[in-house]
Amino acid sequence: METLDYIINHWDTVFIRIVEHIEIIAVGNGIGVIVGVLISIAIAGEGREGVADVVLYFSEIMMTVPSLALFGLMIPLLSAIYLPAIGFLPAVIALILYGLLPILQNTYTALKGVDRAMIEAGRGMGMTERQILFRVKLPLAVPVIMAGLRTAIVINIGIAAIAAFIGAGGLGTLIFRGIRNFRVDLIFTGAIFVSILAIAFDGLMGQVEKWVTPKGVRIKGPLR
Amino acid sequence: MRRRVIFFLLLGVLILVTAFITSKGKVGWMFLATPYEILKQTVRHIQLVGVAELLAVGVGVPLGFMLTRPSFKKVSSLILGIVNIGQTVPSLAFIAIMAPLLGLGFKPGVAALFVYSLLPIVRNTYAGIRSISPSIIESALGMGMTRKQILRRIELPLALPVIMTGIRISTVVNVGTATLAALIAAGGLGELVIKGLVLNVPELMIQGAAPTACLAILLDALLGRVENWLTPRGLKIS
Repeated sequence: METLDYIINHWDTVFIRIVEHIEIIAVGNGIGVIVGVLISIAIAGEGREGVADVVLYFSEIMMTVPSLALFGLMIPLLSAIYLPAIGFLPAVIALILYGLLPILQNTYTALKGVDRAMIEAGRGMGMTERQILFRVKLPLAVPVIMAGLRTAIVINIGIAAIAAFIGAGGLGTLIFRGIRNFRVDLIFTGAIFVSILAIAFDGLMGQVEKWVTPKGVRIKGPLR
Repeated sequence: MRRRVIFFLLLGVLILVTAFITSKGKVGWMFLATPYEILKQTVRHIQLVGVAELLAVGVGVPLGFMLTRPSFKKVSSLILGIVNIGQTVPSLAFIAIMAPLLGLGFKPGVAALFVYSLLPIVRNTYAGIRSISPSIIESALGMGMTRKQILRRIELPLALPVIMTGIRISTVVNVGTATLAALIAAGGLGELVIKGLVLNVPELMIQGAAPTACLAILLDALLGRVENWLTPRGLKIS
């Protein structure tokens, strides 16, 4: 009940926090998906299995590092090169890093898994390697990339909440303030909205995933 | 091979950094954590994760099994729905919600971690058993196996790798969530990180963060080994 009171009376504050949260996720995952796809294209070429293995392993390890620990490690590193170590920037960097594994892994497997016959057909039609990449491989990989992005976003909504600890704003701010002052209404408001955000984005991205799947093409589900 | 080199290099760097910083003793007038304190918090961290994980395996695996039985069909979709939604709830939100409900300290910390790590285990156990092809069960029935034998000799061994994956994922996630449990006074390495953040001493943060990262990477590799070892020979893909 207190929680409801708080939400109603301070709706503008809550709303700003939600917007901040979405902002961090949008920037982090937006950059993340571009970086991830570019890296995947770079490592998916012929004869680059060694590099690919190292990159994928790096992203796997990245995933195991606890986010609070990552923020702890990033603060001294970033301040050593005179970049802002708290606030928006480290939060976005963390989101990019954590989003890398699902996006990289999915894009890589999708690019590698394109039917050889289709590539051959493209080549037979006189396509250049670049055309094969942009007209054959990537469109086929898009649904799988989207599935990766979906996982990344759901994970990152949680990470962004923790990023409030280093002053990145967002709904985590409410939770931390609530814990510090033992204000149950603040804790619940933050936690409930973060959860709603995660569940909503999961559902939304599921729809987008279906929507971007080229008609007539059904690739088997990605590694989730 | 290359993976192993990276693995040990990373562990080495993290341990060396921790050792180097700890050897400084203090920064300005701030005393850093002593080796004893780091060790104590590490043990606390492992206790938190270990107890919660063992409980979660003890409850989650049988629960996952039960959900695959035909008699539980009605409940199973409901429970799996809850599990799926529960998994999307961010860890911080979960810990935060648990705090007012359970209180502060070690036991509430374990309880929160337990519930949170239950989800991937239940989900994977269910998926692992459901993925067994019905024809294998049929042929076992045809050979005259009882339901109990099928469970012990067919379903469990075949589902084991998937169940282990669930346990590995939940353990690694748990190590991370346990750092947040320091917020509700459960102790562990998160306490050093949080202390460092609040006092604005990066060295103190590293003293907590580097061992946590080490722990997560180590446990992931270790359980990966166990997973590989438990996979029946016929199921291994080169």
